[in-house]
Amino acid sequence: MALKDKELIAWRIAQELKDGDVVNLGIGLPTLVANYIPEEIQLMLQSENGLLGMGALATDAQVDPDIINAGNQHITTQKGASYFHSADSFAMIRGGHVDVTVLGALQVDELGNIASHMVPGKMVPGMGGAMDLIAGARRVIVAMLHTAKGEAKILKECSLPLTGVGKVNMIVTEKAVMEVTSHGLVLKEIMPGSTLDDIFATTEASFFLAENLALNDRKTLEGGEDGDQASNF
Amino acid sequence: MNKQVSAQEAISHIQDGMTILYGGFMGVGTPKILIDALIEQGTKELTVIGNDAATPGAGIGRLISNGQVKKLIASHIGLNPEVAQLMNTGKLQVELVPQGTLVERIRCGGAGIGGFLTQTGLGTEVQEHKQVIQVGTQKYLLELPIRADVAIIRGTVADTLGNVFYRATTKNLNPLAATAADLVIVAAQEIVDPGELDPEKVMTPCVYVNYVVGGES
Repeated sequence: MALKDKELIAWRIAQELKDGDVVNLGIGLPTLVANYIPEEIQLMLQSENGLLGMGALATDAQVDPDIINAGNQHITTQKGASYFHSADSFAMIRGGHVDVTVLGALQVDELGNIASHMVPGKMVPGMGGAMDLIAGARRVIVAMLHTAKGEAKILKECSLPLTGVGKVNMIVTEKAVMEVTSHGLVLKEIMPGSTLDDIFATTEASFFLAENLALNDRKTLEGGEDGDQASNF
Repeated sequence: MNKQVSAQEAISHIQDGMTILYGGFMGVGTPKILIDALIEQGTKELTVIGNDAATPGAGIGRLISNGQVKKLIASHIGLNPEVAQLMNTGKLQVELVPQGTLVERIRCGGAGIGGFLTQTGLGTEVQEHKQVIQVGTQKYLLELPIRADVAIIRGTVADTLGNVFYRATTKNLNPLAATAADLVIVAAQEIVDPGELDPEKVMTPCVYVNYVVGGES
């Protein structure tokens, strides 16, 4: 079974994570990353409501009403987990103790700015912990679809209210993997099913091509157990 | 020094127009029996400050649904569609604050600290009307402390002196809110005599707490 777009994004981001990383996954698409973490590495997932060492979603039999994640889901904990209050949680986040945060976005731009928390007049859910995560995490990876209703989301300049300024390090979409550098955006990889022309046509921002620009092979991405896992969604 | 009272008695000190800090994250860690008592008492024009708006049927969401709240200060309202409706029809004022900034402002309020400097929100709308302070080469926003008239807190175990233990992810804002109000009411699942709660487990020392209420679900 082919990996669908969002699962492909999640799979690709999971390959960025290193053994021992403390990682905070945003709600929605970023949560899928947890399903693709390579077996050989161990992470500590941080949930900003006060948990380090988040495990899988709780089954009905495992539900403990006192244990949720920041997305209001009942979850389990892994060995070595710890609980703490919100000020400790955000000291951890703001103080640079979270290695990677993976967040969704409405728009990202050439300067590494991100708009992810509101559409004025339409959607005003509040920023939750996103602004603190963007400001404080050592590495910010954006997980999002390349376009929304045909409109580009990787822009020269974000038009929506900003959630963070100059803090995005990497953008992963179903079409492309881009890095934000001091010189601008660099296209590192073309995702399976996409082409350079396709990316040019659907990206408003200017970007450089990496010297070792890679064309990801769909067969590799779908190979073995990863392909089987995808059928769970 | 026995601080145990009924929920009704504790809540009777909350008057129309007061500001209330509430513990809880999506309702987990919000004291249900104190919300029940506030609904029963019908106190109105309240300003409530907490992490989020929960959902219409949970936590602080019940108080908002019942029309008792004039203003909400929180970091997230996205899972309570009623809040957006009330906001759009002018029936509820909402002030959104980044989560980490909100909790640290409350910590400052309880700890006698005049504010703190953070990079969170730099260059965004959060920066509007705020002082930007440069320390070395880095710019920060000055964020000011938050205090309230009352804090409503949910504990797992409390003793009758007001020492409190919070289990798992029910901690969230509770230990912070407990420090930052003139009147602090704790509703606990279990009430024990002094000495029965291991001092090593006390997360809120009794000095902060005015009333303890038993029977929290």
